[in-house]
Parts: sequence; C-alpha cells; structure tokens
Amino acid sequence: MSPNVHYKPHHPKWYRVRKPIFWWIRRFADIRFIFREMTSVAVAYSVIGLVIIYRALLTGPEAYAALMNTLKEPLWITVNIFALGAVLYHAITWFNLAPRAIVVRLGKWRIPDLMIAGGNYAAWFVISAVIFWAYVSG
Amino acid sequence: MARTITLEVYRYRPEEESEPVFQSYEVPFRSDWVILDALNHVKDQIDGTLSYRWSCRMGGCGSCGMMVNGDPVLTCAAFLESYAPGPIRVEPLQHFPVIRDLVTDLEDFLGKLTSVKPWIVREEEKPVEEGEYKQTPEELADFKRYSMCINCMLCYAACPVYGLEPEFTGPAAIALAQRYNLDNRDQGNEERMEILSHDDGIWSCTLVGECSAVCPKDVDPAGAIQRYKLAGAAHWWKSFLLPWQNR
Repeated sequence: MSPNVHYKPHHPKWYRVRKPIFWWIRRFADIRFIFREMTSVAVAYSVIGLVIIYRALLTGPEAYAALMNTLKEPLWITVNIFALGAVLYHAITWFNLAPRAIVVRLGKWRIPDLMIAGGNYAAWFVISAVIFWAYVSG
Repeated sequence: MARTITLEVYRYRPEEESEPVFQSYEVPFRSDWVILDALNHVKDQIDGTLSYRWSCRMGGCGSCGMMVNGDPVLTCAAFLESYAPGPIRVEPLQHFPVIRDLVTDLEDFLGKLTSVKPWIVREEEKPVEEGEYKQTPEELADFKRYSMCINCMLCYAACPVYGLEPEFTGPAAIALAQRYNLDNRDQGNEERMEILSHDDGIWSCTLVGECSAVCPKDVDPAGAIQRYKLAGAAHWWKSFLLPWQNR
C-alpha cells in the first residue's frame, strides 16, 4: 500500500500518516511497554558481564581480583544496581505473562494461570537457592 | 438552557482538501447518548455530509470503531458522559488509510483475515450418513473466547507493530486462526502454520498487549498470538529433531 495513491478508477484517494518515531510517549501504557523492552538491554548486559567474569576466572586469580576491584568502583556498583533492578522487572513481567502463552491440561482440568506463574516463580526461587547454597558452601 | 458538549470531528474530503481538518459541532449532552448517537445527531440535524460507518448500535457488528480522544473504541458503547465536559475528539481508526471523514479502507484487513483460512479445514469430509462432527463443552471452551471476535479492528488501531509495519498479519486475524486451530473439528493447523510462522506473522508481535486491552469482546488476541508462538516453536523443534515425520 503506497501512501501516495491518487484518484484512479475504482480506487479512492487515501489519506495515510506515517507513525511518528516517538509514538510511545503519548500514553502511559506505551511508555511502560517501551520500558519493558528496554530492560532487555540490561539482560544482555548481565549475560555479557557473566561471560567476562567467567573469562577472568579462567585467566587466573590476578585477573579475577583485578576485575573485582574494578567492579567495586562506585560507577560500576551504580550500573549493576540499575541492571539488577531492570533484570528483576524483566523477569517478573515475563513470569506474569507466561500463563497467557502456556495452557496446560491434565485430562479435563486446565491448570489455573496462577499455578503456571507460580511454577515459574518456584523454579526461579529453587534455582537461585541452589546457586546461593553452592556459593555459601564454597 | 439545555446542556451541550463539543465534538471535534476529523473531516477529510479528498475532493476539497489534501489534508484532514477538525470540525467542531455542538451536540446535546444527554446521559443516555453514546458518541454514535451524537454523530447521528450531527448527520441528521447539523451536517449531512459527515461520513462514518455504523450498523447495529449494540456492539455486535463492529462497524463503528473510531479513535475517541486517542483511544480506539466502539462509539456505540462509549457514553458522552464518560468524556464530559469535553471536547471529545473523534477520529478514524488509526493505522488504516482514510477514504473519507471517519471511513477507513478495510481491504488490507480483509485480505489478511482470509489469508489465515478462518474456516474449518478438513483433509477429507466424512459422508453425511456418518452424522455430525461432535464436540464436548470442554472442547468448545478451548476456542470459544477467540470466536467472539466481531472484526471491529480496534486491535489493529491499538497495535503499534501494525502501525509501524503494515505487513504484520495483525491481532484479530491471528486470533481467528488460533480459534480454528483449537477447534477439534479442524485439520488446517499445518496450513495456517505455513502462513503465520514467518516474520510478518506471529513473530512480528512484541506483546505490547494493547490489542487485548481494547478488545470489546475480551478475545485476548495477545494471548492467542503467544500461544501460537509456543506452538510454532514446538513445531519447528519437532521438524528439526524428527525430520522423518515431516510431510
């Protein structure tokens, strides 16, 4: 469909506007959506950060200690606190949306949405607890 | 003196102007009037040149969808009282080409709707003597929600993805495809998957969720698309891991 269609037989002269680049700043729901999408950047940042930490671990104790010293700087602490908040928001919105995509039936009984979301949260909690336990127990 | 409210109505008369303009009309403010009543008052009493679509006036036909103060609504279900003291800005559904005033072109939507085969597809029809295709209440409940769509296109007007990428098949068409996929009498799942499992189909959706928020029939197209994505991903993995099962 071209926006510049003019009168021709059997075709009306349309008026069509292109959606502006800042279409999302007019409504709160759209701002919230864009914010949710932007938190994906924090997820990517966290994954890259984990890879960098893993690489430092493989390189040796000096490289790991140097990286940890860098991460103790106020700038990186601020960035990481912000990234943690964004990743948590991303994860929570993701888990809350899961029941809309996942429909599970056991015979005639459809598992309620709350249980689908709850299952995700439970898995998140258990995996986090296992990682925490592994970290604490050395 | 009787109370009135101002309607700011989008006017586009292609034979007179190249750009749309807004025209203000003072209409009686009545608590039992919806915006469609006000538009009918304008058409009957003030300006007979105003063009718009409507039919049933009871939220059943899906003809009178318009943007009211920036939100897509059925004007037969939007009371003037909700927008008092006004003014109320009435525009055609966004993301569609405007033909005249509040009338938009439906061709793109209708083409997409038919492309997803929104009917029961059978590989082979069984003979009439064998009787009807039976369905339990549970099987009906599986898809009933998605069958409530009235093709009002509010979901397309609410979907920024469709606004930015007009090639996107869009919420209502995909929800309707899902309605037939979930129908136990249908066997067209594979055909629809071929049509919808591409960039302009289900994978264009970024789950903004506004399609479901504006749906007057609580169809939840966003949920239907996410379920379709899950089915699409499972279909891909199955064909990848078990290629001998591909037809």
